[in-house]
Amino acid sequence: MRSAKVTLIWAALAAAICVPIAAAATSPLLAWRGPVYILAGFAGIIALGLVLVQPLLIGGYLPGLSAYRGRRTHHWIGGALVLAVVVHVGGLWITSPPDMIDALTFTSPTPFSPWGVIAMWAIFAVAIIAALRRRLGLRLRTWRIVHMPLAIVIVVGSVVHGILIEGTMETVSKAALCALVLAATVKVMADLRVRRKRATLELR
Amino acid sequence: MTSVVLNRRNLLAAGGAVLATGVSGLLLPARAEGLAPTASMPGGANNYRKGAPTVDRIGKGGFWMSGTVRRAGDGAPLAGQRIQIWAHTTEGQEHEPQSHGATLTDKNGAFRLEMPQIIPIFGQPHGHLAYDSGEFKTVFLRPVMRSAKETSLEAHFVLQPA
Repeated sequence: MRSAKVTLIWAALAAAICVPIAAAATSPLLAWRGPVYILAGFAGIIALGLVLVQPLLIGGYLPGLSAYRGRRTHHWIGGALVLAVVVHVGGLWITSPPDMIDALTFTSPTPFSPWGVIAMWAIFAVAIIAALRRRLGLRLRTWRIVHMPLAIVIVVGSVVHGILIEGTMETVSKAALCALVLAATVKVMADLRVRRKRATLELR
Repeated sequence: MTSVVLNRRNLLAAGGAVLATGVSGLLLPARAEGLAPTASMPGGANNYRKGAPTVDRIGKGGFWMSGTVRRAGDGAPLAGQRIQIWAHTTEGQEHEPQSHGATLTDKNGAFRLEMPQIIPIFGQPHGHLAYDSGEFKTVFLRPVMRSAKETSLEAHFVLQPA
């Protein structure tokens, strides 16, 4: 019974990420795109999938992972997220430099661009601060105060960016993935707050 | 003695009045000077290629790009104006030469050029148009299709002397 539940949770997570990717792979738009543009697009979709994994890991909702392993994996996935975003932006730059420059300088006519660019900078900021946390001597509390708002910016930016784009992603699987990302983020933020409150109460 | 009553209803009414004058002023900036010139759109010039050839049709066609060219101020139609058109289509990417072509306006200032079906690129199904012949100020437009399924798109130019 327990192992059935474990399998179910992991299968649901795999489906939440793989179904949108598979659906995008059947998009007719791919026929008229070059390999670099296709790679850039899928890097973006994978990045959105990784954004779903992050709160689940840190909230401890994925069975079979200890809190320690969950945190370690969260760090590695964070690195993978940076890589996916670099491939996404780099590939789009190669595909059409003027469109990418417009996006990065916030002069693009497309409403989704600033959301993506802001999320990108928030992802880079979190990664850099996380890598330097020990060296900067940041206490865990301070780090949380920095990471939480940036995490919200990443999630909201990524979701709005994805929803507004008319691209290879299939509408329903895209909306479902975005809803799950938002739900997981809200849940982990609420749970962590409760856990912290309980911890401070016990200390008193 | 008169006292100004600052309650929510007065504030809303005053605010609404200010908003109404402000917004109508923004929407109708050129009422006094007649028809206002069209401004270039952000990203309009992206992947522009100078001197696209004048063609009867871009590629195999199937999609219609149309519009008008008029003079700022009096709105008179401008005949014989060269409009360059390009887009990401079923036959090529935006920057590729076969995706570019030009056409001339007729005596009513209207133009219409058949081109391959436009495909969403960079998240939006859109086309690019340019007036860049020198007599009037250069204008780059980037109209967006309401749906990727549409088979036509319009763009309108109001030009001012260079």
